[in-house]
Amino acid sequence: MSTPEVVVIDYGVGNLLSVRRGLERCGANVAVTSNRDVILSAPRVVLPGVGAFADGMAELSRHGLDDVVREVAAKKTPLLGICLGMQMLLDESEEYGITAGLGLIAGRVVSVPAISSEGQPQKVPHIGWNSLQPTAGCKHWKGTLLQEVRPGAAVYFVHSFMASPVDPRHRLADCLYGGMPISAAIGRDNVFGCQFHPEKSGAVGLKILQRFLAQ
Amino acid sequence: MRKIRLIARLDIKGPNLIKGVHLEGLRVIGPPNEHALRYYQQGADELIYMDCVASLYGRNNLGDIVQSAAKDVFVPMTVGGGIRSVADATQLLRCGADKVAVNTAAVANPKLIGDIARRFGSQCMVLSIEAKQVGPDRWEVYTDNGRERTGLNVIEWVRKGVSLGAGEILLTSVDKEGTRKGYDVALIKAVTREVSVPVIASGGMGKPEDLIDAVLQGEADAVAMADILHYRRATVGDIRNVARGAGIDVRDYEHA
Repeated sequence: MSTPEVVVIDYGVGNLLSVRRGLERCGANVAVTSNRDVILSAPRVVLPGVGAFADGMAELSRHGLDDVVREVAAKKTPLLGICLGMQMLLDESEEYGITAGLGLIAGRVVSVPAISSEGQPQKVPHIGWNSLQPTAGCKHWKGTLLQEVRPGAAVYFVHSFMASPVDPRHRLADCLYGGMPISAAIGRDNVFGCQFHPEKSGAVGLKILQRFLAQ
Repeated sequence: MRKIRLIARLDIKGPNLIKGVHLEGLRVIGPPNEHALRYYQQGADELIYMDCVASLYGRNNLGDIVQSAAKDVFVPMTVGGGIRSVADATQLLRCGADKVAVNTAAVANPKLIGDIARRFGSQCMVLSIEAKQVGPDRWEVYTDNGRERTGLNVIEWVRKGVSLGAGEILLTSVDKEGTRKGYDVALIKAVTREVSVPVIASGGMGKPEDLIDAVLQGEADAVAMADILHYRRATVGDIRNVARGAGIDVRDYEHA
């Protein structure tokens, strides 16, 4: 087998087939693995994930991969966390009590607001298509994974918790849910995260994966 | 309001995409994934695959079809028909499905709803309901693709299904299905009034304008479309434009 251009970390959580297919559609040679050596020698790494934060961190640790992901980030290898994989990049989550994360982007993971900006109750989880918008700390997307994406483009979300980075510059894109901002994409140096599922977000999502493969 | 989702529904029998009337008299349309790809490229927000003879034969053969679709289709996919256990659901999710829709087995064993919701999250557990009108404002739950009556009242069943963990309702009107006479708006309204989870209206779209009443009066969160797309009477893009013209918020697909 030739050397993969991107490795998707398999730690027993979630549907990895769609992520794999999305990257393949972008022309990449993809490996899905839990092998630390393969992950550490990869030119790019994707950390996927669905489900509860504590379960995800526990599975990652059980496979001995939490330190491997930190090492990937420290080596300046491009790293993309998707959904729970993005949330785990932060310091900690308040889902079912406080659980420590990977600490690669300063901040914590908090609940999606159950009350809209107009004081109305709204449905959580936040599920469906929502539009990406630039943020105060990132007014344009040039040089980011969102470079090819137009503001307002819709992507697919399924989640009950959201990342809240400390540094506004790490907040690349938000979407509005009931008028309340939700952190949709984050980034710091070589570490990126998408709360939405690029592999389920049609042409817009594929552009983001394509851009990651060009990192 | 959230964006209203436009969902292409593909009913499958064996290797074929089929279409019936009142879920019966099934006619072969063609290879399912040729159509799935067309709908994805037209901007469908999601796809639903239903194996419409699975319950009869006690197995679902959609795994291969979905796995092959996952190479080309990058929007959420819901798969249903003949799912009887958490293991069946697991197998379909591994093939690239994002949600499973359960009808017959949930009626026989309501505990299955909670089992699937606990294992994969309620957003993954779609309760599929085939409803037939039996009186004024009264609908009965049918199973086995509209063949078997259950004696269950649709509204009571929806309430119970959601309390057990169903995260979404796929509501098919057997009376309207395949007739092109428009959605059963009274049925949709009766269900959306009852529950806070998203409701997908299915059955009866004859022309794009039919979705307006389903959404604005029925308050459906999503509309499923089959016949109108399969017979190329409209594209997803045509339907999106009609929705937008009526002031309905839909995904800005062209805005990629």
